[in-house]
Amino acid sequence: MKKLMLMLTLVLMPLTAWGAVESRMSVDVDPNDKPSLQRGAKLFANYCMACHEASLIRYNRIGQDLGIDDDLVEQYLIFKPETQIQEQMTNAMSESDAENWFGVPAPDLSLTARRHGPDYIYTFLNRFYVDEGTITGFNNTVIGGTAMPHVLETLQGRQHPVYEERDGEDVLVGFEVEEGTGTMDESEYRQATRDLTNFLDYVAEPIKAERQRLGVWVLLFFGVFTVLAYFLKKEYWKDVH
Amino acid sequence: MNQEGADKSRRRFLTAATSVVGGAGAAFLAVPFISYWRPSARAQAAGAPVEVDITGLEPGELINVKWRGDPVWLFRRTDENLEDLEGIRDRLRDPDSDEPQQPEYARNTHRSIEPELMVMVGICTHLGCSPLFRPDQTPEGMDGEWPGGFFCPCHGSYFDLAGRVFRGVPADKNMEVPPYYFMDDDTVLVGEDEEGDA
Amino acid sequence: MSETRSGGLVGWIDDRFPLTKMWREHVSEYYAPKNFNFWYYFGSLALLTLVIQVVSGIFLTMNYIPSGDRAFESVEYIMRDVEWGWLIRYIHTTGASAFFVVVYLHMFRALMYGSYQKPRELLWIFGCLIFVLLMAEAFMGYMLPWGQMSYWGGQVIISLFGAIPVIGPDLALWIRGDYVISEATLNRFFALHVVAVPLVIIFLVVAHILALHEVGSNNPDGIDIKKNKDANGIPKDGIPFHPYYTVKDLIGVGVYFILFSVVVFYIPDFWGMFIEHPNFEEANPQVTPDHIAPVWYFAAYYAILRAIPDTFGGVLAMGLAVMILFVLPWLDRGKVRSIRYRGLSFKIALGIFAVGFMLLTYLGTQPATGLNTMLSRLGTVIYFGYFIFLFVYTAFGLERTKPVPERVTS
Repeated sequence: MKKLMLMLTLVLMPLTAWGAVESRMSVDVDPNDKPSLQRGAKLFANYCMACHEASLIRYNRIGQDLGIDDDLVEQYLIFKPETQIQEQMTNAMSESDAENWFGVPAPDLSLTARRHGPDYIYTFLNRFYVDEGTITGFNNTVIGGTAMPHVLETLQGRQHPVYEERDGEDVLVGFEVEEGTGTMDESEYRQATRDLTNFLDYVAEPIKAERQRLGVWVLLFFGVFTVLAYFLKKEYWKDVH
Repeated sequence: MNQEGADKSRRRFLTAATSVVGGAGAAFLAVPFISYWRPSARAQAAGAPVEVDITGLEPGELINVKWRGDPVWLFRRTDENLEDLEGIRDRLRDPDSDEPQQPEYARNTHRSIEPELMVMVGICTHLGCSPLFRPDQTPEGMDGEWPGGFFCPCHGSYFDLAGRVFRGVPADKNMEVPPYYFMDDDTVLVGEDEEGDA
Repeated sequence: MSETRSGGLVGWIDDRFPLTKMWREHVSEYYAPKNFNFWYYFGSLALLTLVIQVVSGIFLTMNYIPSGDRAFESVEYIMRDVEWGWLIRYIHTTGASAFFVVVYLHMFRALMYGSYQKPRELLWIFGCLIFVLLMAEAFMGYMLPWGQMSYWGGQVIISLFGAIPVIGPDLALWIRGDYVISEATLNRFFALHVVAVPLVIIFLVVAHILALHEVGSNNPDGIDIKKNKDANGIPKDGIPFHPYYTVKDLIGVGVYFILFSVVVFYIPDFWGMFIEHPNFEEANPQVTPDHIAPVWYFAAYYAILRAIPDTFGGVLAMGLAVMILFVLPWLDRGKVRSIRYRGLSFKIALGIFAVGFMLLTYLGTQPATGLNTMLSRLGTVIYFGYFIFLFVYTAFGLERTKPVPERVTS
């Protein structure tokens, strides 16, 4: 009986949450969309790298893969002095500084997109909301009570959660941004966070675009091989039947 | 088993075609496995061109920098050294640098872009030891006047202050001049030509 | 058979080494039944996969560093900095899962056509040993990337040994070589994974093939083709392995490579089943991931483990589930090999067994909720039930078989 109740609850649950915001937004990443990746790289270098690193990727690799000249890489992506272009994307912040300032070291973002998926990053970037109860003044629906300040606040603006009462419970149904607090409108911000997510997805597996390109040829090759093998077998097996 | 239904030429053709395609596949597959042994991005990063500041380099002084794991020497020759380079032609194996042991822009008597500044990979061309710097002190076994240069202790090869090898020693090539250029008056980039070729 | 000696290099070698003799015995004059079907591709594909894993593994070893500090980083180094390292690693990760796909299908084939029955008991036992070693090989290989799943998966599996009464805790400690999983564990697993276990597997594969060629291949009709020989002593239903099955297997190889490449080039982590997402985070002994699941190929046995509400009981059940395979030739007393001519109950039982195994595989990857645990118990009953049923069904003469034809059907 208990099992039946549990199953019923599971089936009915989506109904009770009708109209609530989805817990995970979805983003389509495209390793071939170079303009998006270039914008994402710039956003990452400007906004994220003060605290986060992507220590598994080299600047010159980004330049080659995303079609950015070395000079431009040095100008727009490298801010840490004395950094050579073939070095990895590390920052000057030490782990102990980070612990002092935020209570936790900012994680390395090299593999986040493969660990948690791009949707996770995209949703996280879009779901900062004003919460005066926290140290940074912002909270997040993906990581509740996150220690990370809303670094993109100047772009997005101050976002407030909107609740509605449904069956006696407050349900989060959407968000509203305070007019004039951000430099981007909603679609521009979505675009920017998509670019950033796309870049992080690229960083997590820089070879993705290349392997997909190569795969076509490999499959064509094995297709031809298999067809030949099929006719060869048919020819030889005339002896058998 | 009967092979009466067999179309011999078709069978031969299909066997050959499948073998050729399969062989080509094996050859393609070998490429990744062979390339796997080439220097990785990390090795290349460690072997990237090195910027050397030569502001404080006095005449007669030599500094050692590491490029691709090898010692690279930057030496500021004195006027006297430069004169000596001219006078010992007949004692050298390859005084005019006919062997391609240097970039084209260093194919001259002093084997360098600017006559005073020597840039040289500090590795003996015999078996890869690193020669000793002997600007004044005559190295052992040297008969005749020593104009200053380098002496390899492993097998006794001599080089002058332009890395040119003397006659009658085990090494048969001049020392290697790496690609380099002047980024400005005080900075040399070792490991890359001005055009960006490594 | 007339002994023709060829001249030249081959002749020179033949005088000193049985090259041509071996080629004839095992390839060009090994007579295999002519009625092999789809299910007979997987033996040669398993051998191919072994070669793929050995070659790609050797190359990975060249850049992998088995140290607690650098193992994780060295894997990403292979993925990013080493030329084509990504391809070789993806071949290896895909090959691991492909190995189990192929081997499971190969084993199912044996269940269907009674390939374990007399006189192929030893052939079957060699196969079972290969299967057990393959599991050990895969488990230890899974530890090497030193991600969160490597670490915690290793923790859980090694703890199983700790559940054995009396010697358990000491045994687990001995396996780990430390009080927790550590660099000591990683290093010994590396040594076993790259040298010891592959060596034994290769030896067993040779024994498996020799045993096969000694007794001859079974076939979908379960008929002994050696009973019907022509004047030259060649089985009437047999055809030389080469060229007939070599060219046929090439088709299998082609299709296999197509599927393999789709995974390698388009879905290398196979939605988190071949490379699990938490393994993109370095091992952290302080934090367990929310949900630890074994890789899919262990999941059925893991589900059996969790189905038993007692740690040691679970370990025992899991071990028994593998061990029972070894005695299968003596549990099945059936007079007929192939499913084609066996009783209806056998067909139904094998079908249920296959579904049960897949159910267990699914459940093993899911969280152990109440419902899942109930289903796992059902699956466990089905798994062991099959073997018990088979014994009762055949030993007490309950099976009504159909007449087996004299010659193979095409």
